[in-house]
Amino acid sequence: MARVWLFGPDINTDQIVPGRYAPYMLKDESELRRYPFIEHRPDFAPNVRPGDIIVAGKNFGCGSSREYAPLALRMVGVGAIIAPLFARIFFRNALNLGIPCFTADLTSELADGDEVELDLEQGRITTSDGRVIHLPPPPLFLREVWAAGGIVPFYRQYGRFPGEVA
Amino acid sequence: MPTMSEQILSRVAGRPVRAGDVVTANVDLVMVHDSLAPGIIRILHQELGAERVWDPQRVAVVIDHVAPAASVQTAEKQQEVRRWVRTQGIPNLFDVGRGISHPVLVEEGLAQPGMLILGSDSHSTAYGCVGAFGSGMGSTDIALALATGKTWLRVPETIVVRARGTFGFGVGPKDLALRAARLLRADGATYAAIEWHGVEQLSVMERMTLATLSIEMGAKAGIISPAGLDLTGPLVPTVDADAQYQTVVEIDLGQLEPQVSAPHYVDNVADLSDLGRVAVDVVYLGTCTNGHYEDMAVAAQILAGRRLAPGVRMIVVPASAQALQRAASDGTLATLLAAGATIGTPGCGACIGRHMGVLAPGEVCLFTGNRNFRGRMGSPEAQIYLASPAVAAATALTGYLTDPRTVMDGQPVVSQ
Ligand code: SF4
Repeated sequence: MARVWLFGPDINTDQIVPGRYAPYMLKDESELRRYPFIEHRPDFAPNVRPGDIIVAGKNFGCGSSREYAPLALRMVGVGAIIAPLFARIFFRNALNLGIPCFTADLTSELADGDEVELDLEQGRITTSDGRVIHLPPPPLFLREVWAAGGIVPFYRQYGRFPGEVA
Repeated sequence: MPTMSEQILSRVAGRPVRAGDVVTANVDLVMVHDSLAPGIIRILHQELGAERVWDPQRVAVVIDHVAPAASVQTAEKQQEVRRWVRTQGIPNLFDVGRGISHPVLVEEGLAQPGMLILGSDSHSTAYGCVGAFGSGMGSTDIALALATGKTWLRVPETIVVRARGTFGFGVGPKDLALRAARLLRADGATYAAIEWHGVEQLSVMERMTLATLSIEMGAKAGIISPAGLDLTGPLVPTVDADAQYQTVVEIDLGQLEPQVSAPHYVDNVADLSDLGRVAVDVVYLGTCTNGHYEDMAVAAQILAGRRLAPGVRMIVVPASAQALQRAASDGTLATLLAAGATIGTPGCGACIGRHMGVLAPGEVCLFTGNRNFRGRMGSPEAQIYLASPAVAAATALTGYLTDPRTVMDGQPVVSQ
């Protein structure tokens, strides 16, 4: 089971990892795992488990280009992020790092702390009381990158960029 | 007929492209800054297995985010970046004090009309001030571009912000940009490009104010046509009367009041007159949005012959060494210093809360930058208000949020 972590709209990258906690300022990059939402939601990092899901309002990840924001989420094993609209750079970064992002508004269907089952292949969430929520299938070029595990493995495997005809 | 994004992306994709197309494009210039360079270098060499950047001439490295270094850690990482630049044979390294990447690349003539420019910084939309398609990307995308000279993009739809008329007394480009953020909101231009029309009267750096704030509405690029400016480049994008736009937002400059973005969201914008009395501890004039020569000149005009209010600190961090030199040579700097302001090393300064003026809990800052997110400039308990350089100077004189029109002696604020 995965736990749902519910967030509001317009969560910016400074809320995910403040610039003051950038790897640039750290001795060791693995320290980053302590910092997701360190000020915005201090209970997140110590309690999040691999596979947990972030469900947020619109414009998730707005702000800076810092890839260490989604990287910190990957380090703690976030299984998917679901929001009605993602900020562009965050979406690309998450895609590049292989974190599945689904564009859907589930903020009124799921509550913080809900235990759910996420089926990435089928794009389906099953709640503990048996409700099934279907996630909209992402476009092909995104699925290609996920399947490869991120943009670096994708590029190494195919020698081209997503969306381009082979 | 094509939008400016379509004109530029058709050029770099090598075929006519339209909004919605996913294209692989040749990149003209890649900017990397000190803060993310070590990570990008690691991805380039270790994850991508590339030994060299594709074209050292087309890479610019700028040490601006923590410049000069604030700790042994940052100093070591900068040392590593300098070494890397040398071994890669990259000619364009702009080291501590040269200034913020965005104005520096424009001043150096590296950023040119019609180019596709990627930067490791979200405000790389800045290059739209010369009519380039500038876009910020994360470390992995930048590393891929360094390795291959290419990137992939979805050609964006375009939103037009059309300015009409001329700025009134005490009102300028920052007020226009904040007004647009108020209308479009923080996500209003997500996945789209913004074209700014009707701003031919602005200087290149004043245009940068508009271009950098474009990302605060979610935009992929924020472009102003350089037609009429004395700039050369691979293509001069022009406004096409028949282009297909997603939306057109009209703003009447003559009616525009000084705009202020209140904590903690950039689109939380109101007319200054509606905010009541807000006491301020620090006035910070700087950043790629409003740390330019023009911005210091506007502030100096208001502060000339006067002193800061007791208890107020005013920190000025010029956006570039050229801006600082110009301000030093024509008396602007002396005026600011005489009024009681202090000057920092050209660069990003406290914009990301790492050094040179970070805020304590409970402090209120009037900031000419582009983000007022909670904790951006230091303590998450500090409050950041975004406004123009004219509002900043007027506020420094009184100690509370002040309409510049109430303290000016009748000269127009907008510079030449
Ligand atoms: S001044 Fe601020 S917004 Fe501009 S490049 Fe530096 S950190 Fe980014």
